[in-house]
Order: sequence, then C-alpha cells, then structure tokens
Amino acid sequence: MIKSLSNLEALDAVKKEYAKKIALLKREIIVCAGTGCTANGSLKVYEELKKQIENAGLNLVVKLDFEEDKKDPHYVMSSGCQGFCQMGPLVTIEPDHIQYVHVKPEDVNEIVYTTLVGNKLVDRLLYKDPVTQQSYKGTSSIPFYARQQRTVLKNCGHIDPNSIFEYIGKDGYYGAYKALTEMSDEDICNNLLLSGLRGRGGGGFPTGRKWDLTRIQPGTKKYIVCNADEGDPGAFMDRSILEGNPHSVLEGMIIAAKAIGADEGYIYVRTEYPLACRRIKEAIAEAERFGLLGENIFNSGQNLKIHVMEGAGAFVCGEETALIASIEGKRGMPMPKPPFPAQSGLFGKPTCINNVETLSAVPLIIFNGPNFFKSMGTEKAAGTKTFALTGNVANTGLIEVPFGTTLREIVMNIGGGVLNDKGEVDPDAFKAVQIGGPSGGCLTKEHLDIKLDYDNLLSVGAMVGSGGLVVMNNSTCIVSVARFFMKFTQNESCGKCIICREGTKQILALLDDIQNGDATLETLDLLESLALSVKAGSLCGLGKTAPNPVLATLKYFRAEYEEHIINKRCPTKQCKALMKPEILPDKCKGCRVCVKTCPVGAISGDLKKPHVIDDKLCIKCGACAQVCRFNAIIGVA
Amino acid sequence: MNTLTVDGKLVTFSNDDRNLLEVIRKANIELPTFCYHSELSVYGACRLCLVEIEGRGLNTACTTKPEPNLVVRTNTAQLRDIRKFTIELLLASYEHDCTTCSKSTACKLQDIAKRLGVTKVRFKRGQSNLPIDDSSWALVRDPNKCILCGDCVRACEEIQGIGAIDFAWRGANTHVVPAFNKGLAHVDCVDCGQCSRVCPTGAIVPRSQIDAVWKELDNPEKTVVVHFAPAVRVAIGEAFGMPAGTVLPGQIASALRTIGFDKIYDTSFTADLTIMEEATELVGRIQNGGVMPMFTSCCPAWVKYMEQYYPEMLPNLSTCKSPMGMFGAVAKSYLPDFLNIDPKNLVVVTIMPCTAKKVEAKRPEFTTDGMPDNDYVLTTQEFATMIKQSGIRFQDLSPEPFDLPFGYKTGAGVIFGNTGGVMEAALRYAVEIVEGKPLSNLEFNEVRGEEGIREINLTVGELELKIAVVHGLKNAKKVVQDIKEGRKIYHFVEVMTCPGGCIGGAGQPVYFDKAIRTERIKGLYSADKMLQMQKSQENPYIQELYKNFLGEVGGEKAHKLLHTHYYNRKRISEEGMSILENVGNKLSISVCVGTNCFMKGSQEILKRVLNFIESKNLTDFVEVKANFCMENCDKGPSVSIGNKVYSNVSFDNIVKEIEAQLEAVTK
Repeated sequence: MIKSLSNLEALDAVKKEYAKKIALLKREIIVCAGTGCTANGSLKVYEELKKQIENAGLNLVVKLDFEEDKKDPHYVMSSGCQGFCQMGPLVTIEPDHIQYVHVKPEDVNEIVYTTLVGNKLVDRLLYKDPVTQQSYKGTSSIPFYARQQRTVLKNCGHIDPNSIFEYIGKDGYYGAYKALTEMSDEDICNNLLLSGLRGRGGGGFPTGRKWDLTRIQPGTKKYIVCNADEGDPGAFMDRSILEGNPHSVLEGMIIAAKAIGADEGYIYVRTEYPLACRRIKEAIAEAERFGLLGENIFNSGQNLKIHVMEGAGAFVCGEETALIASIEGKRGMPMPKPPFPAQSGLFGKPTCINNVETLSAVPLIIFNGPNFFKSMGTEKAAGTKTFALTGNVANTGLIEVPFGTTLREIVMNIGGGVLNDKGEVDPDAFKAVQIGGPSGGCLTKEHLDIKLDYDNLLSVGAMVGSGGLVVMNNSTCIVSVARFFMKFTQNESCGKCIICREGTKQILALLDDIQNGDATLETLDLLESLALSVKAGSLCGLGKTAPNPVLATLKYFRAEYEEHIINKRCPTKQCKALMKPEILPDKCKGCRVCVKTCPVGAISGDLKKPHVIDDKLCIKCGACAQVCRFNAIIGVA
Repeated sequence: MNTLTVDGKLVTFSNDDRNLLEVIRKANIELPTFCYHSELSVYGACRLCLVEIEGRGLNTACTTKPEPNLVVRTNTAQLRDIRKFTIELLLASYEHDCTTCSKSTACKLQDIAKRLGVTKVRFKRGQSNLPIDDSSWALVRDPNKCILCGDCVRACEEIQGIGAIDFAWRGANTHVVPAFNKGLAHVDCVDCGQCSRVCPTGAIVPRSQIDAVWKELDNPEKTVVVHFAPAVRVAIGEAFGMPAGTVLPGQIASALRTIGFDKIYDTSFTADLTIMEEATELVGRIQNGGVMPMFTSCCPAWVKYMEQYYPEMLPNLSTCKSPMGMFGAVAKSYLPDFLNIDPKNLVVVTIMPCTAKKVEAKRPEFTTDGMPDNDYVLTTQEFATMIKQSGIRFQDLSPEPFDLPFGYKTGAGVIFGNTGGVMEAALRYAVEIVEGKPLSNLEFNEVRGEEGIREINLTVGELELKIAVVHGLKNAKKVVQDIKEGRKIYHFVEVMTCPGGCIGGAGQPVYFDKAIRTERIKGLYSADKMLQMQKSQENPYIQELYKNFLGEVGGEKAHKLLHTHYYNRKRISEEGMSILENVGNKLSISVCVGTNCFMKGSQEILKRVLNFIESKNLTDFVEVKANFCMENCDKGPSVSIGNKVYSNVSFDNIVKEIEAQLEAVTK
C-alpha cells in the first residue's frame, strides 16, 4: 500500500497500477452521480446495478483495488456530472462507449442481461434525436457530446471523484510535480501567460498576470483562494467540477501556491452545494494523507494547507473583496480597489483569487505545455469554456466548447435546437439567449453567428461571465426576463453603495410600472438613464453589471418595451396586468362552462346567450380560456 | 510638491494628502459626500465624490490616491446625473420630514439635495415604517431616516472599538441595528453618541428632555437651578453663526436667566471640587500603596466601558463622582438650606456636551431617595434650541455674572472639558501636595495636545510620575491592555471617550470637520487664562464649602456625597448553568453552548461527556456546567476543565483530557 506520494516514482507506480487494473476490467459501468442525476434517482440505479450484476453471476468490483486473479471484473462506479443533465440518470458503459439515458432502477435488469451478459444494445435506453428519432450509441456519436471539446471536463464523469488514484491514473498531479520540482515561480507564471488562460469567473483577467502580480509582492505570507461561490441562476460549471473532479482544483491550487509563494489556501464554496463541499473536503483529506498537501510536497520545500470555507450563499461574496471579508468572518461587503487583493487581500496579505474552472485548467496547461491550451480557442481567448446550457433548448446540460464557437453551434447543434411553447424543436422559435447570468446581456438572432469570446461579447453589450446560457423562445416576454434578473441582483445587492442598493430597487419598480401598464415613454428614458448611472457609479462588479439585462434588452427589444407602454399590450401575453380577456360573442355558445370554472365569479351570462367577463373581478388566471371548447375567449394566456 | 489638474486648474499636493478628495478641497471644490470622514476609514459607499479621471474613467475621490499629472474632472454631465440620481433615490426611500426633524439645517442629506438642485423626486416613494428605538436615555434611533452610509458603524468600531451597531440583512432590506435588533439600551453601547455626531441625517440623535424642563420652569413652586459644563461655553456660539471656540460663559448666563432659570451655576465649580478629591485620592494611593494606576472617572461612557469589559480593573477607577455627579449631590444637600426652600421644590438642570451624561444621571448611585441628584440633563444642542424657542438673539447678548457660590470657578475647573485638562488640573494640585510648595509654572504643556495616546513622565519631588492621557475608547483599550499585560506602568491615566474630550461630545452643535475641535480646545485654554485663579485649591468658595459643609478633603462626609462605586456589567455572566452537580465535586467541566460553539456541535459534546461520565460511574467526581459564552468563539467549541479553557474541542480529544485529570483526582 502506498503511504506517501513524494516523488515521481510513486506517481508512476500509481499510474501504472491504474492502467493495469483498467486493462483487467471487462467493463466499466459509470453511473452519473452529479447533482442533477442524483436528484433523478441515479443512486438507486447504482445500487440496483451492483445487486443485479452479482445476481447475474458476474464479478462485481466497486473499487480498483481488486485481486488480479479476479476474472472479467465489472467495475461499477458513480462519477461526477457527465454533462447531459436533461437526459439523466445517465449510465455510461466502457469500453463499449455506450451511454444509456433516463435510466430507472427497473431498467437495470435489461442492461445487465442484454448488454453486460448478451453484448447487445438496449435500444430504448439510447439517446434519440428529438426530430429524427435516430438512435445514438454513446458520447462519441451523440451530437450533444460529439460537437463539444471537453478538456477541463474531460475526466469529469469518467473517474471516481472520491479516488485520488483514478485522478493520478489520468495524469493527475503530474502537473504539480513538474511545477514544484522543475519550474521556477516565474516560469509557471510565464507558462500561464503564454497559454493565454484568462479568468473563467467573469472578469477574464489573464491568469498568468494575476499570479505574477501576487508573486512580485513582498512578504512571506501569501494566500491562494479558490472562488467557488458560483451564484448565477442556472450556472453549475464550478459545482460540477468540484463534484466530479475535485483533485484537479487542488492540483491547480498547488501550482498556483508555488507560483505566487503561498503556503495556505482557502476554497470558498457555498454551503448550498453540499455534495461539492463534501467531495472537496474528502479530496483534501486524501491529498493530505498522501503528502500531496501539507508540508514539503514532492520534497520540493513547498507547503500548502488548504481550508474549506463554506459561504452562506450571498451572490456578492463571489466578488473578490467581499469574499475576502467573508472568509475573515466579516460581513460580505466589497471594499474599494485599490488596494487589490494581490497587494493586500486576505488578512491583509497578498492574495490570489481564482475561479474553480480556471484552477482546474491549470494542471493541463502545466502538464501539456502552454501551446496545448493556446492552440484551442481564438487569438485573444485561448482554450475552452464550459457553459451551463438551459432554457428553451432541446438538450440542456453542461457543455464545453473552444472559444470562438458560434452561438448557433451551441444552441442549434449541441443544444439540439430551440423548443417552442409546445416543447417541439422549432428553429423559428428562437428569440434570444441570456449569456453570463444576471450580470450578462442578451444575444439575439443577429448574434447567432458571432464567435463567442470575451471581446466580441463585450462589443455587443454582453459578457462571458461565468458561463450561464439561458435560451429563450419567442413566447418569452423580454420585460419579464429583465425583471427576473433585476429581481435577483436587487435581492443580492449587499446594500453598501446607495446607487446599487436603491438604484436596482427603483429599476425594478420602473419595470413593474411597465408590466402593470402604469408607464409612459418618460419611464423608459428614466429607466435607461438610471440603469446607465447604476452601471457607471456602483462600487463593485455586482452593481456595475446589474443593469446589463435591462440595457441589453432595451437595446435589442425596445419595440417590445414600447408595445407594453404605448399599446398596453404584452406581445407574448406574459404580463398579467396587461391582459384583457374578452369573450367573442359570435363564437360563444353560452354553455356556461366558463362561468362555472371561473374561480372568482367574474363571468356572467345566461344559458345559450353570449357571456361577458367583468374586468374588475377578473384575475387573469386563464382558466376560462382553457375550458372553452369554442375558442371564444381571447386576450388571456 | 506634485501637481495634478482639477477642472482645468493646477493643484499642488504632497505625500501627506491622503486622497484625491482632500486635494480637490484644496482647489476650493467641495465634493458632496456622506461617508467620507477624515477620522474614519475610507468606505467608498455613497459614490457622491465620484470624479472622472482621464484614462481611468470614474473613481471615487475618497478612495483614490493623488498622483502627479492626473487630469480630474469633478463636474461632468454624467457625474451630475449620478449624484442627482443618488439623492433622489435616497429621498424616495427614506423619511425626510425636514420641518419636524431635530437634525434639520445640520443634515447633510438636506444640504446636499439643496446644493445639487434636487427639486423633485422622479421615483416612487417607498418609505419604510420601522419602529423607532428610544430604549436609551442617551440616543434615539430612527431607522427610517438611515441612509446606510455606515458612518455610525465605523465610528463605534474605529473610534470607540465597541461595535454596538452594525449592518444586518441584505440589499434594500439592509438596516443598521444593535446586536439581535435589541434596543440600544440593552447592548454594549456606552452612550457616547459619536454615532449621532457623524450621522449625516437624523437617524441617530440625542434624546431630548426640553419639554420636561420647560414644564419645571413654568411651575412657580419650583426653584430651577442650572449648571453647565466647561465644554458648552466654547461651542454654543456655533449654533448662532459664531466661530468655534468663542468663549461665551457670560452670554450663556444671560440667556439662561432670560429663559427663566432661577440660579445660574457652573459645573466648573464642582470640577474644582473633583480635583480636590481626586488629586487627594491619587496622592493617597501613591503614598499608601493603593491600586495603581488610578484612572479618571468623570467620563460616564468610559466608566460603563470599564464595567462592561474590564470589571476586574474597577478598583483602578477613581472613586470620585464626576463634576456633574458632585454638583447634583452637593446641590441637593446644600442648596435647600442655603436658598431657604423646600428640598422637594429644588430642580437641578444641567447642560452637558454629552449624551452619556443623560444616562449617568439615571444611575442609582447618583440619586438620593430615588430622586436623581441632577433632575434633567440637556445637551448643548437642546440648550441652543431653547434659546431659539425663547426668541433670544444670542449673538447679541452681553455677558452676565453667575450666581454664587456655585458659579465661581478657577481655570483648572474650566480646562476639564478637553483632553488633558483633567490631568493638568489635577497636577496643579497634586504636585503642590507632594512638593509642599506653590507651583512656579502652572501650564503643563506636556499633557496638552490631540494625540490619541500621550505618555508623560514628570519629576515631582522625589517621585518619577508616569502618566498617560487618552481619548477615544479604542485608544483606551490599548492602554488598558498594556497595563494589564504588564507592558506599561503608570500612576495616573486620564481617559475621555470622545475625540478631543468633552468638547467633542455628541451633545455639542453638529460638526463634521475635526478642525472645529482644535478651536474649541483653544477656547478653553484661553478661558483658563482669562480667569482670576488657575488652581482648584485656591477657589475660595471651594475652601468655604469644605469648611462649612463637607469637612475635610477626602473625609467622611465628602466621601458620602462625592464618591461612588461601580458594578461588574460584563456582557455574559461567567456563571454557567449546572447540569450535573455533586457534593464533593472534584473536577469542574464547563461546556460552552453559546451560539457559535453550539453551531459547531458543542451540544453533542456535552451530551457525550455526560454519557461518558455516567457510563464510567464518575458522577460523584465531577460537576458539569453549560456555559453561555467563553468569549473564545473563533476557536470553538470551547470546554473548560478546572480553570483551563480548551479550544477546538472534539469529544475524543476532550474525553482523553477528562480521563487524565480524573485519574489524578480520584487517586
């Protein structure tokens, strides 16, 4: 049994052992235990698989430390997020490259006997294209996967996140070894700079420069902090990495620690991510046990102690200075910069704060060299970026594409197309994409072919942000969208600076006026100029970007706002206050079904005579329109 | 000297200029701001001092270091928009009933709104209706007027080192509240009111007793006497457009008489009396090996601070009452006979620069038969209001004399109002006692100044007298800790809570510029010089009072009337809740179940420890207590065994310790 991994020989031994064991396996059956699949019952599938495999007389192993004379072992493993969340629970079978989707415990028997014993596919469990109904065998052919370039997420969903050996088996900790034993701190920073890696948390600052700025600060005590306070609605990239490949983050932190001269680190992760918290703590304990964290790592003299700080879920704590305050036990409120954290950060010491995805990319860059990373993506935005694809799109999930990929590729091909109101794929249903979460902006049809990267997105009033991508179809009310994101940022404003705290509140009130039919065109001007002032005047990134959803939607959908204001009409019939339900007398047969259905008694009329709706009583619930068999009721969704 | 450009004009600056905002002030441009105070840390929250810097965009001037050749614009269309929006947003959300607000005309929100030409609010009014906190006798908090600039929070934390108020909740629901949203009277607040002093609006103001005082004045049966503190005379003029530091005791006497007070006295008289007692106490302690160092006790906020945080050092506090306390006690016992009135018809009103004095007057030790010795405590601000209510043109008054005997004072009694003044006054007497000869030089320039902590060594006779003068409780904490931990040795320490001493008190006319304090201090030192006598011991009326009424200095009657005692007010009682008792308890285990330790699982540790003790049949050998806080929260869970506190406790590591110690006691 290996006790310590203090040199290359020890790493090599683990890697060799892993390769040997994998080669001995008859099959690997990988059940996705990411948050989405777990919520859909994948852990029951996992248990059922173990049971049924044994019942079928196959050799079951659940860890790779099995005896070598075991014949044809079937390795059942639960992994982190495999990405295709919409189709979960997912079960991947290697080396056959099969992926079964929507697997339920009652499907396990068929998987075991047909596939594991009979070597045949269970066609009904394969992914089928929603339009063509064509079946796809697995990740190498399913368009959702085939068109991605999974790099940072490569091992996520393929290894047991609880096993440091599997991580090492996939070249893990070799980057750290190289950095600690063969490279100077300056070399590491240069490598990062050459790779073109930019911060994945939203700002897009070159990581190599950030490290170098911290590196050159005087002083012996410095900190490396991992920002895992992922808070955008609908974003779950960092969560998936922490849950699925926690050691990659630790390895990134070890390399960063060497580069900047830190011996202590914090991972600030929100407590609402219980699985991520648990996995990362377990990974730290395991890395410490094998000497990969702690003192004198790889006999290089580098020490690193990593703490996990569970945040209480305030969005603003993703802002660097607020995050620092929170770790220090203070209220999570941003402080003016300068001083920058690199100069005076955690406990007043030089501190480098990197996002999860950024740190996770670091070992790949160090291990494979900067060109490996630089060769992907675009000139100014190297590498790949993960996105959480959600909304009115056929395939939702976690994806990774090189920078420079078009929105069309992501939405129409990887995402499988836009869904209309009836849930059908409908290319004409596309309205917009909200990118970058509540701080981002929206992209429309005209942007479908722009190459996604930091600068291109900024030039059209959006941002990469942390990578949330919400697809909206044409029955989405754009004012409601702006209001949704404003409500979020308004709730999450820390309350420190007046213009953000009060400004977001009044922006929200102005949007309410528009949705309630109380606005004039002056409201729109006031809304726009207040939004611009909040953007220009706020202290931190939250306030500076909070008005973006309003400004972006105003830029591209001003007519829709004006329709709400001038004609008091919501084109998508989403704004209740603007609905004017009425009964068309020539269509109404006077059947009284709607009269009986109306929960507030707003409809009256005699049998066989046209009915009428009392506007004052009507709550616009739409129940009447749903029950009317003659389509006589209009003006309500 | 470097230069930068502000609105097209060159401005010079030096390395001492801390930020762009102060440099821009030099260019005679007053940027609006709520949250910048030169005395407090830079916060950058109100965003009003935003300026445009060429090549850098918008930056708050308060957070920007001046750099050579910066090109700064302070008045662009965008900046005007942001500032106007900011004020309109505040006016939409917060109460601004200026006509009935006690802060009106001294309110920054009002002032800036006027300066920026805000004539209408384009947003929906959405004012909150939160309950007003009037639990404290010193201060009233109206959260509906709070604009969340955080000035009070920082003043409490950074000047006084207390942190009695802080932000709670988030976003538009953010409020500034005392811990657990309790009333100010029920938390660690020491009533100094520095929060109200820095508050730009009327969200925290001194609590008014004006109406009650008018009622007494209107009652013909009552004889209402008034005495006012030294600091009042150098600040009241500011409320009537006169420069800070103008010395106006005679005008005050005139105004008080016109208002209708029957006798006009001076708290400086009992300041002289305090010196007699306090200097005698000090010399006594030095000569008889008493508890050292001795701390002054005339500041009630400081006294409360010591009671709350350093109860073990209460014997270090001088037992002397404050000058106000002495005045009340002497007035209530001496004046009825002297004025030939029924004691129950005597009303003593005092005018103080201080909000904490309002609370001091309510202390049971400062009452006789349940009646306060000082019936009402008004602030300088309230006094100014009464002058205005009476229609008196204060600025045009001619000085009038005080009433005797309590209206006569020496310079020593007057300099009590500023930092270093009590020390200097005491030295003018103590040095004479020790050296046994009259002082040649009355001015102790060494103790004067505005440094937060000043240490002075004086050779007095054969004694090397070590003294310290401190203002601001954060500074005081440092000095107390130094003394406690043996780093510093002093004989005598003067502590005043407010910056600059009483002249910087929260009851004084509102000021935001600390240069005002310097002027007030200058005023008091010049008042010292203007008086006939400068040494308390020479005050003939003091001598007469001892001779005819009090007896010996420091004697029995003086002690009864002029001295007091203190209480332990530590936030959390050290007594735990007994869980497992026994007669012969040999080992005492205390598990902290305060909020923090509880969150970290101390309840479970307590349960398992109890189970362990029962399973081992050890109940006869230990007592177990649940303690509500060991003030070791960052290292919790905490468990104490005997006197030793263990940090970061888990059941496994503490049980080993218990076993080891039990083995020792059961043997």
